Amino acid sequence: MRIAGLRISGENISGHFNIMNIVIARLEKRKRFYKKAAAFVLRAVAKHSPELAQAVVDCGALDALVISLEEFDPGVKEAAAWALGYIARHNGELSQAVVDAGAIPLLVLCIQEPEVALKRIAASALSDISKHSPELAQTVVDAGAIAHLSQMILNPDAKLKRQVFSALSQISKHSVDLAEMVVEAEIFPAVLTCLKDPDEYVKKNVATLIREITKHTPELSQLIVNAGGVAAVIDYIGDSRGNVRLPGIMMLGYVAAHSENLAMAVIVSKGVPQLAICLSEEPEDHIKAATAWALGQIGRHTPEHARAVAVANVLPRMLSLYMESESSEDLQVKAKKALKSILQKCTYLPGLEPLLHEAPPNILKHVVGQFSKNTGQQMPNVIVLLHVLQGS
Amino acid sequence: MATMVKLQRKINGIKEESFNRNRVAEENRRKEHKAALLIQSWFRGCRVRAYLRHLQRKATTIQKIWRGYLGRMYFRRMVKIQKRWRAYYVRKYVHNYYALKQYLEGLIMTNEIVRRELEEFAVIKSREREKTALESGERKKDYLARKMHYLVSTEQIAGVFNSPYKLFPDEMEFRLRGAKPLSPKASRSRKHGTEGIVETSAPGTPFTLPQIEHLPPIPKKKQQGPFRDPTEVLLQRYKPLEPTLRVATSIMSVEEAREELKRKEWGSRVNDELFHHFSNANKSRRHELMLHTSSKFGHVDYGTKHFREENPEKLKGKKDFKRVFTTVQVFDKFGKMYSSAGKAV
Repeated sequence: MRIAGLRISGENISGHFNIMNIVIARLEKRKRFYKKAAAFVLRAVAKHSPELAQAVVDCGALDALVISLEEFDPGVKEAAAWALGYIARHNGELSQAVVDAGAIPLLVLCIQEPEVALKRIAASALSDISKHSPELAQTVVDAGAIAHLSQMILNPDAKLKRQVFSALSQISKHSVDLAEMVVEAEIFPAVLTCLKDPDEYVKKNVATLIREITKHTPELSQLIVNAGGVAAVIDYIGDSRGNVRLPGIMMLGYVAAHSENLAMAVIVSKGVPQLAICLSEEPEDHIKAATAWALGQIGRHTPEHARAVAVANVLPRMLSLYMESESSEDLQVKAKKALKSILQKCTYLPGLEPLLHEAPPNILKHVVGQFSKNTGQQMPNVIVLLHVLQGS
Repeated sequence: MATMVKLQRKINGIKEESFNRNRVAEENRRKEHKAALLIQSWFRGCRVRAYLRHLQRKATTIQKIWRGYLGRMYFRRMVKIQKRWRAYYVRKYVHNYYALKQYLEGLIMTNEIVRRELEEFAVIKSREREKTALESGERKKDYLARKMHYLVSTEQIAGVFNSPYKLFPDEMEFRLRGAKPLSPKASRSRKHGTEGIVETSAPGTPFTLPQIEHLPPIPKKKQQGPFRDPTEVLLQRYKPLEPTLRVATSIMSVEEAREELKRKEWGSRVNDELFHHFSNANKSRRHELMLHTSSKFGHVDYGTKHFREENPEKLKGKKDFKRVFTTVQVFDKFGKMYSSAGKAV
């Protein structure tokens, strides 16, 4: 118990292995207050870096923590689960060590306990374990975690929901089978109601989950589109600002990338004006890059899609992003690719007109190519073209 | 007189000689006749053969042209049928415009419904949250009032919340007046709110979506008689078209795939500068021969004329691996046919 006071300066103790050995020695014989304090010490040491966590594991702390997880007192379980979560957070080998110690079935039992704090921490530990590799995620799923996690979706506690959705998204991101198992737990359409939660990290984690599910196959995206997920995500993008929007934007990009019918579904749900607003409003480069990529995926399929994107006045903005020297490398590359893929199919000449005035030669030749293929429609544009060519 | 004797002597030989000469002439005549016959028959044979050859060529040409015409005619007829079938198939199963339109209209309606329901849900939740916040505020204030009951104003001294300079006393004053003082026993046994446990039975509890209870299924009476299960029958009756892979791939699939690849490559290409092969070609640099392909007698054959050692004697009786197999279409139908014919496999 005195050692509990030392936990605050965890980093300083890291060099003293024998202290940790003493802490863990004969843990199972001790009282529960000792176990709780010991778990706090281990957590404080393990959270700073992978080497420290490895040192904690080397002392045989995992068995001690798993023993603490079997205790009756929820406080002890909470401390042990927290320590395990912090150990597993750093990398795949440490997570594998935690799994090999047999922690996962106990964590799944912890999730079913009535105390909300314990549920939160167990969910966050499972999320940290399953994020590293598909095998670990499969182990978590085999312990039956998905059913319990999906039951907690409609719990009123916001922090619990954050961890639950984070856990589900880490599980479903690895492969199609895992994503299908998560979807089979019948979380849609109940999950869409959580997109209206007042807590923004809950919304962000829900959007991340939906993104990880739609990433894999067109069938999964179709499922989510049919459940009305696209409309909910577009509203969510409209309501939030900043980094929180990013998973929603990427989800729209992934949905549109699979097939032209899904891209048409995104257009019909009024996704393009929302993305155009994002493109102009957001200050951060990586969000602008994601938006440009998503618009490129929407507009690249057929002339109808390209027209829908061009009508929203997106092309001049993308061109300016590509040309600005202050945009990051990634943003420029993505804007250029998106612009190229939309221009390949765009036959909507009024949308292309602004590009004639400002484009650099390598983009201009594609614009002019499109015009030359479509001049049968409107003569005045040829005159504009001649003016531009004379001017440049 | 002498000549007559000579002549008389010769007369005896004349018969023989004339006979001999006749014979020789006859034989020669026969020989010449045979030779002439042979030559003429050979020549006639050549002529006839040439004529036959000529006829043969002409007949071949005519048949060729006729068969070509027939084949083209059939081909055009077949193309007409295939054209109609392909148009129907593509429009019904591959790019069904009306189905897509219907789907998108349905999707718009679903989106509207989802948006509206989410709005309502958000409004309900915010109202509930306000209500709970209000109620907890009330409870807190009441508890404060009970704790600070001694601050109530008396007739002589106006309390803190009862300022003489204001028209009406503060709302806290009214609470203080109505508050019952806390007893020390109550303060000790006051339980701190159980944060973690969610009570679903108390009023004002958080909203959960109603769980749909499924009633037990109504037992169906089985039909009498050796009838097939109605679901099986309906499945067979409304069996969807399962086109083979050959039908389902578009006829232009190879060209389309090539186009797709080209477009993808073009779109993902960041650097547009073309790679100019042999751009150093006009720069004057002597081409250096590789050492191990040249000897003092000139180029070594290996590397230019042949690349591998081949032992044809070892491969004498061996045949190539079979690389292309025909599919066994019988197994595709196993278990899928309505009659039990397919199970005969």
